Formats: sequence, structure tokens, C-alpha cells
Amino acid sequence: MTLKELHPGQSARIDKVDARQPGVVRLMVLGLIEGVEVQYENSAIGGDPMEVSVNGAAISIRKQQAGCFSISPIASNV
Amino acid sequence: MSEINETYIPVSDIGIRRRATASIAVIGNPNSGKSTLFNRLTGLRQTTGNYPGVTVEKHSGTVQLSDTALELVDLPGIYCLGGFSTDERIAVDVLLGRIEGTPRPDGLLVVLDATHLYQGLYLLQQLMEMQLPMVVAMTMTDVATASGIDISIEVLQRHLGGIPIYPLVATSGRGLEALKEALEQIDSAPAPSIPESWPELSQTADQLMGDTANGLPRIDVIQALLHPESKRAGVLQQQHGSAKLEAIREQLFGDEPPQACEARHRYGWVNEVLREAQRQAPVMKRFGANSWRWLNRPWPATLLFFAVMALVFQAVFSWATPLMEAIDLGATLLAGQVGKLLPEGALSSFITDGVIAGVGSVLIFLPQILILFLFIIVLEDSGFLARAAFLMDRIMRTVGLSGQSVIPMLSSFACAVPAIMATRVIPNRRDRIATILAAPFMTCSARLPVYALLIAAFVPDHSIGWFNLQGLVLLGLYLLGIIGGLATAWLLKRSALRGPKPQFALALPEFRLPNLQTVLIKLWDRARIFLKRAGTVIFVVAIIVWGLAYFPRSDGIQIELQSDLARVQTTLTGEPLATEIQRLENTAAADQLAQSYLGRAGRFIEPVFRPLGWDWRVSAAVIAGFPAREVVVAVMGTIYAVGEEAEEASLTVKLRSASWPDGSPIFTVPMVLGLLLFYAWCLQCAATIATIRRETNGWRWPIFAWTYMTTIGYVGALLIYQLGSLL
Repeated sequence: MTLKELHPGQSARIDKVDARQPGVVRLMVLGLIEGVEVQYENSAIGGDPMEVSVNGAAISIRKQQAGCFSISPIASNV
Repeated sequence: MSEINETYIPVSDIGIRRRATASIAVIGNPNSGKSTLFNRLTGLRQTTGNYPGVTVEKHSGTVQLSDTALELVDLPGIYCLGGFSTDERIAVDVLLGRIEGTPRPDGLLVVLDATHLYQGLYLLQQLMEMQLPMVVAMTMTDVATASGIDISIEVLQRHLGGIPIYPLVATSGRGLEALKEALEQIDSAPAPSIPESWPELSQTADQLMGDTANGLPRIDVIQALLHPESKRAGVLQQQHGSAKLEAIREQLFGDEPPQACEARHRYGWVNEVLREAQRQAPVMKRFGANSWRWLNRPWPATLLFFAVMALVFQAVFSWATPLMEAIDLGATLLAGQVGKLLPEGALSSFITDGVIAGVGSVLIFLPQILILFLFIIVLEDSGFLARAAFLMDRIMRTVGLSGQSVIPMLSSFACAVPAIMATRVIPNRRDRIATILAAPFMTCSARLPVYALLIAAFVPDHSIGWFNLQGLVLLGLYLLGIIGGLATAWLLKRSALRGPKPQFALALPEFRLPNLQTVLIKLWDRARIFLKRAGTVIFVVAIIVWGLAYFPRSDGIQIELQSDLARVQTTLTGEPLATEIQRLENTAAADQLAQSYLGRAGRFIEPVFRPLGWDWRVSAAVIAGFPAREVVVAVMGTIYAVGEEAEEASLTVKLRSASWPDGSPIFTVPMVLGLLLFYAWCLQCAATIATIRRETNGWRWPIFAWTYMTTIGYVGALLIYQLGSLL
């Protein structure tokens, strides 16, 4: 499963980043790397780009790049 | 050194002289409160200059300490020393001393946002490798506490090898004095130890440095390894040979981009530090987000964006109008007064129609520009613009751009000059150039007087349902500009600027109340840059156009005018006399213009514009408008003999009755529509051309933009006139 398939409000842990795809390095510099927990906060109309947060920092990411982040969802305790 | 015995210099003077040369770079993430801190420290002791040989402004200020002064240099916010956009690259180049003639800073004041330690520590870690004396200011500590983040300064400091950290509370200014004291001691501060986040990289750098005496500084070696395309990498390659470096890089980074490996190692370290220094992980529900959360949902956020933009445009146009009218009136009155004082002739005309009108034509833009800048700065500092880019990304993608092009495009509705400068945030050069070339299509404030004149004169004031026909035509012209700009970007991104899809990775700051002092200082700063960049060009152009329209003077026309005036003074009195004098003077002015260089140029070029339905007078006005489109209405006023400052109504009447020698009207509906389209699409602005040259570092793109826009403006007007005339 990749970040692309996450639902708004859901959290996940990043397992693997495919850094060779264009535009991914910039996102890694902003803090989206293996092992961190991300939450899908919001999106623009149509669900693309998405807004995810990591350690309190909100980052905008396009669906295309979101597909390069393999994740495992964290069950929400709501 | 024998002078020492002869000259007495007080010890305190020596101290000041030595310290004043110390330059401290202020650096931090975007939106970390860096500018606010910079302004608090320097107050109004700020200057904006230029880095030698670079097109970017150097923003520096002086901080007065108890008995010394330091120069602070404010740099654009960055996330890493990689430098993705032009803005970021400048910051990195200044930090690393890569700008010729600008030495490396003597120390760093690093701004760390307490609510965003994660990204802040990432940058800080890279900065520590520069091994410069360093002081850390931690901003937003009150916000952090309010959102449940508990930071242990001591633990953090221990991880950072003892770098002094000063927590600040922005609202009360607490902590500022302690920070100033620390700055005073900055050059006695020890160089920071290097954090061991990536031992392999450190060791490799040490080895490479050991291999060559007189080599690059350590930070340069590290950056050269991480960025194989950079200039420093070339130097390293000369020293060690490409085969050796290839092998080293292969071993360090494998087949992944170096910066990706770097991010993994460094964020690993950051997470380790945070686990110990930050008691409670920042809550995901960020400060102030709860009650307004729904506003960030896709539809409400998008609607809010359009509502805010509507408000901005309303403000830019309705608030600015009275001010613009006042400036216009002021310039006219002043010109009138000066005209009375000076004897009639070239000097009087130069002062009134050249200098005063030229200054007026610069000042007239200020109200709109200032109001627009004010809104943009407030929206920028409150975090709204980043959201706007996020929301509009999908739409901009259809023309091959990204959300980051939205802000420059919006600015260019007031003026393309600041818009083109605002493109510096766009990471990819191709995307940036496509945006630069699209921006001048947007209907700027200088086009409006021409639109207003032609629409009022030739579009009937009909109502169509709820709408007014004149309003609809104006709306159509705005749309024409938007379509022209977006189509241009789309075409360029498919041809000359073809390249990988633009990236869009943006940090989204949370909404924050902007700091008033910061907003005002930024506004003052941008207004000054606008006046310097655009103002000088517009002024010079106004003088040149005046010269072309004034010279050569025909004595015959003046003599005839004098004899006519003498004649009417004997035959008429009172009101009819005044009217007749005015008419004669206007006719003489029109005759003078007709045989001036501008008038001759109009006649010379008329065959070119004839297929568009323009006579020599329209052609001359259009030529005068090429360097600055705003002069067109004034030139038309003179050329149609209604006087330069005539009521629009009288010019309207003249335009309506203007005719070809055979008596058929010149201003027909197809001709006017064509002329409007020409104005919508043509690049008639020397200030814009100069700005494009500066920002793209050459003549290639400004020449292309001018040729391209003039061509499509001409062809468009030609098609409308020819097809319209057939109907």
C-alpha cells in the first residue's frame, strides 16, 4: 500500500521510499523518510495534491509522488 | 607600524571599527519568524542593496549592541543546503561564500521554530558543518507551549555540542536582550562540533581533505560530494580524479540520489535528538486548527480562496482610484503652475510634459501597487499564499505548471514587474521562465485607462439581462489576458521549455497572525524596489517619448498660431474667445505632433498597421505606447487636438468622428475590438522587458517575449479587423 491510498484523517508509518522517482528527494528533505509517522490531513478539490503532516509539519504532496511512499496504516483509536 | 606612536586612537573606536565589519547571516526555515526577529533586532536600520553580479537584493541591517554594532544579513528561508529554487540557491550561495565579492559570513544566527523543530534541526545540523560561530534563537516558544510541546533546552543544547540557544516570545519580546548579549560574544563562541549523523560521510570528507593540502574547506567537500553537478564538485574532481569520486559516491549513496541518503541519515539523527529533547510529540491537531479546521476542507478552502481574491481585487481597484485621481490632479496642477512661471518653449515643455508628467506616471501606479503588495505580504505571512498554491496546483498542472505559479500570476494583475520577481520561489527554471512569460499577459493597471477609454467610446452602454455590455467587454479582456498567458505557458511547456513535469513539494505553514512591523517593513522594501526597478525605466521612457513627440519644432506652426491668436483676440471676447484660443492651441499642438519624430514615425509605419484599420495617428499613439503603454491616452489626446488633459468625453467625441480621407469612420467596431486585443496581448512595457532580462540573466527571453507577444497581438487584431469588416 502507498501513501496515495490513504484516507483523510488516517495515519500510517512510512516503510520504504522510492527516492529515484522525480520530485521525491525534495519531499524527503522536508521530512518524509522511512520510519516516520504521517497523517493525511486534507486535500485540494479532487484529492490531489494531498496535505500530510509529519512531526507537526504539514507538507503538500501530489498523488504521483505519494505513490512512491510505501506505508503501513496505523489503526486509529477513534 | 611607526604610525601607532604618532596617532592616538581611543580603544573603544578600534572595537567599533573591528566589530562593524563582522557580518552575521540570519538563516532559518521559511515561516520560522526569521524576518520578524531580523526586524526586531535591526529596527529601521536596514538597507537593500545588490549582491555584486547577482540579480538579487541583499537585505541587511545593523544591530546596535551595548558598545558595538554588527551587520545582520537576512537570507531567504531554506530547508537544506541543497537549494532547489532560485531564492534558496541565493541563501546557500551567500552562506557558503560562493558569491564573488561577498565573503563568507563571520557567524550565523540560526532561527529555530519551536513548533517545527523537526525540519529546523535538519537545517541546523547542516549549518553546524560549516563550523562557523553560531547562536540559535528559538522562536514561537509560546505557541509551542500552547499546543503541548515541551522542549528541554538543556538536552537540546547538549545534543548540539553546546551551541547557545535563546528561547524567544515574539509577542512580548522576551528573551531578546539575552540574545543580543550572545550576539555580542559571537566571535568568541566556539565553532560547533559536528553532529555524528553520518560517520561514513564525515570520514570520507576528512580523508579527501587529508589527501590534498591547500584543498577546499570541509563544508565544501561535503557539499561537493552531495551535489555532483555543482561547481565545487568540479574542483574536487580536478583534485582527485573522477574515477575515485565515482567510486566514493557509489559506496556512500549506492544508486540513489545523494540528497535522499542524506535525508535518511540526518532525519535519523533529528528523530534521536527529538526523542530526548522534546517531551511530548507535537499533537497532530495543530495550534488553532480545531475550530477552523473545516475551512481547510477542499471546497470551503477553495471558495475562501476565491472570496479573498475577489476582496483583494475590489480593494486594489476601488481603494486606489481616489488616490490615483489625486496624484493625477496634483501632477496636472503642478505642471500648470510651473508652465505659467516658465517662458513658453522647449524648457517649459520639458519640465511640465516631460519631467512632471514622467514622475506622475510613475507615482500613479503606487496606490495600486502598495495596496496589492500589502495584501500579498499579509497573505504570505499568514500562510495563506502557500495554501493558495496548494489549492490551485491541480488547475495549473493542466497547462504544465504548478501551484507555485499562481502567486506571480495574481500579482501581475496589478503589475508584471513584481510578479516576475515573485517567480523566484519556483524551483524549476523552465517552469519559472514559462511563468515569467505568461505573467505579462494578465491585465495590469496600465492597460485599464486604454480599455476604459475605448470601451466608453465604442461599446454601447446596453444592459444584457443582469449584465452591462461595457462590463462584459472588460471582463472579456481580462479573460483574454488569462487565456493568452495560460496558453503561452502551455505551448512553451510543450516546446521550448519541454521538460519533466514540475515538482510540487511545499511545506504548508499553519495560519498565523502576521506581525505588523514585519508587514510594514516588507511593504516599504518592496515599494522601494518597485520604484527603483520600474520607476526609473518608466521615468526615462516618459522623457524619451516626450522628446520624440516634441522635436523637431516647426516655427511655421507657431507663427501661424500667434497670428491666429492675435486675429481672434480682436474679433471675439469672453467665453467664445477662451474656447477659440483653446481650439487653436490644441490644433497647433496636434499639428506640431503630426510633424514631430513621433508623428513621422506614425506615418512611416502606417502601412504596417493599415491592414488592422489604423491610421497614422493610431499608429503613432501605439508606437509611443511600446515602451510604456500608459502614455497612449495622453498621446491620443494631443494627436486628436483635444489637449493632453482633456476630459475623456471630448476625446471620445473626437475618436468617434475621426475619419479616413474618404469620410468613412476610422474607429469601427472591428477596428476597436482589434485594437483592444492588441493592447491585451502586446508587451508594451520597457520596465517588464528590463525585469525579464534581469531575472533570466540575458536578452534571449525578453526578446522572445516581445516578439512573440507583438506578433500574436498584431495577428489577432488583423484577423478581428479583416473578418469583422467582411460581416
